[in-house]
Amino acid sequence: MNSAAYAIEAQNLVKRFGSFTANDNLSFFVKKGEIFGFLGANGAGKTTAIRILCGLSKPTSGKISVAGFNVFTQAEKIKQRIGYMSQRFSLYEDLTVAENFRFYGGIYGMSRDQIRQKTEEMLGKLNIAELRDTIIASLPLGIRQKLAFSVAIMHSPEIVFLDEPTGGVDPITRRQFWEMIYQAAASGITVFVTTHYMDEAEYCHRISIMVDGRIEALGTPAELKAVHHALSMNDVFIKLARKAVNKE
Amino acid sequence: MRIIFYIVQKEFLQVFRNRMMLPIIFVIPVFQLLILSYAVTFEIKRINLYVVDNDNTVSSRSLIQHFASSPFYHIVGHGSDNQAGMEFIQKGKAHQMISLLPGFEKALNSGHPARVQVINDAINGSAASLMSAYTVSIISNFNKEIITSFNPDAGAAAKVQWSFWFNPELDYKTYMVPGILVLLVTIIGMFLAGMNVVREKEIGTIEQINVTPIKKYQFIAGKLIPFWIIALFELAVGLIFARLVFSIPILGNIFLIFLIASVYLLVVMGIGLFLSTVTNTQQQSMFLAWFVLVIFILMSGLFTPVESMPQWARNLNVVNPIAYFIAMIRMVMLKGSGFQHISRELGILLLYGTAILSLAVWRYRKTT
Repeated sequence: MNSAAYAIEAQNLVKRFGSFTANDNLSFFVKKGEIFGFLGANGAGKTTAIRILCGLSKPTSGKISVAGFNVFTQAEKIKQRIGYMSQRFSLYEDLTVAENFRFYGGIYGMSRDQIRQKTEEMLGKLNIAELRDTIIASLPLGIRQKLAFSVAIMHSPEIVFLDEPTGGVDPITRRQFWEMIYQAAASGITVFVTTHYMDEAEYCHRISIMVDGRIEALGTPAELKAVHHALSMNDVFIKLARKAVNKE
Repeated sequence: MRIIFYIVQKEFLQVFRNRMMLPIIFVIPVFQLLILSYAVTFEIKRINLYVVDNDNTVSSRSLIQHFASSPFYHIVGHGSDNQAGMEFIQKGKAHQMISLLPGFEKALNSGHPARVQVINDAINGSAASLMSAYTVSIISNFNKEIITSFNPDAGAAAKVQWSFWFNPELDYKTYMVPGILVLLVTIIGMFLAGMNVVREKEIGTIEQINVTPIKKYQFIAGKLIPFWIIALFELAVGLIFARLVFSIPILGNIFLIFLIASVYLLVVMGIGLFLSTVTNTQQQSMFLAWFVLVIFILMSGLFTPVESMPQWARNLNVVNPIAYFIAMIRMVMLKGSGFQHISRELGILLLYGTAILSLAVWRYRKTT
């Protein structure tokens, strides 16, 4: 394999918590510039996997590299090259929009000018320049999620990890959110996104479906539908997820 | 350095934007200083006395008169049997009972020892011993008068001339206020920084920080510096208060006081930050911090003299930062001690602070 072509390489990724195996022998490769969907029911092990790839959690075993660096030994190098938007809300609610940008830009080591320029650019794209001095707590969830995504990519990472970025958001905002993801991918950022909305799966270049900590299917949406004789991703998912034992 | 600056900036924004935080930081300490300094006192200003005089002679009445004319004593009842006096003490109406048996004057005149029975309510041991001291001194005055009335030359005995250095009026506040200042700074230092880190864990924003390439020491420094500045500011407010409201002398160098405080704060904040790295909720870290703090405070010599503690307890104080700080701040504020007098303690605190902060940096986990 030509490793330069891959943003993420995971071979036999295993994560155990005591006797519980959250990630059972995951193997997948994510190409540069790809939008890679990580699907699965609640508790399937998506968040565990994403946290390992971001260097927030140590895997039990496996051969894993992100942006060309080993997650066991070079986690801090990986961190300079990735962005992460967690399931939990990641902006400071008592700070304004611009203050959040300044803080996160600052700890990524961006210069004052870069921060100012990026902030204007991001707010301009979202058409919310007038909200720059608004406290986050007073903004609706949809806008907060878009801002969290903007903050996650403001330092121009090679890869951005999105953990259920559209949870609890209305369909229109979800649509707009995916437009942002496409823009990011078009600018060369690899996108690794987890979701349990099957319609969103159709937007991904390739997807993997996790059931009980294992990858049950991996391919483009069209391939998966053909293999499982299904009309929509929803049908594919239901067929696979029926086997699940770890229901919430 | 720039990264630390961005964290410090963010913390200050959050502190000043929080409506509860400002009063917590600035108003509550002033109240504590005022209330504690005036209310917490070891002095006894009023002793309620019950008198049982079964002698009823000139001598016995004269002795009672000595008590009545003392500003500290207040006679709450007279009676002819101890039972009634016991009742007063039981109900808390009297602190002390003095009982004179028939034959008191006769014994005095015949040169035999005349007996006085004193009963103290000793629930509070130190108050009771103070009370005894007052009583003994009044009775010995009475004795002296009796002796001189028999023999006018007997008054010439060795006379003790007391002088109390560093706190000439034996003012309790002079002793207490520097200690209470220490407490204020400690509580602010230990709680704010630690709570702040755990709060980020609870909200989840710490994940977003852990996923950045920030260095562990940068994170800890960014959390330390803002609250370090706030605590020193608080000390300044407290010192101004001490000077203006309580007229506490500040004999030593004011910069030395701040130097001591800034080193001391590294230790307590280091402990707070360390606790925050081993706990996950504000509740856990609050309980742990209180546990540590209560032991440190009670053993520190703030309320009870360290010199009267058992040796093992004094040995434990080797790791008690509050004990070092209270000893030093009293020396500098009240005795005017200079750097050379406290350099040993200061050196120990500096080592301690470096160690505990390194421990906090080491224990802080970006990857779990």
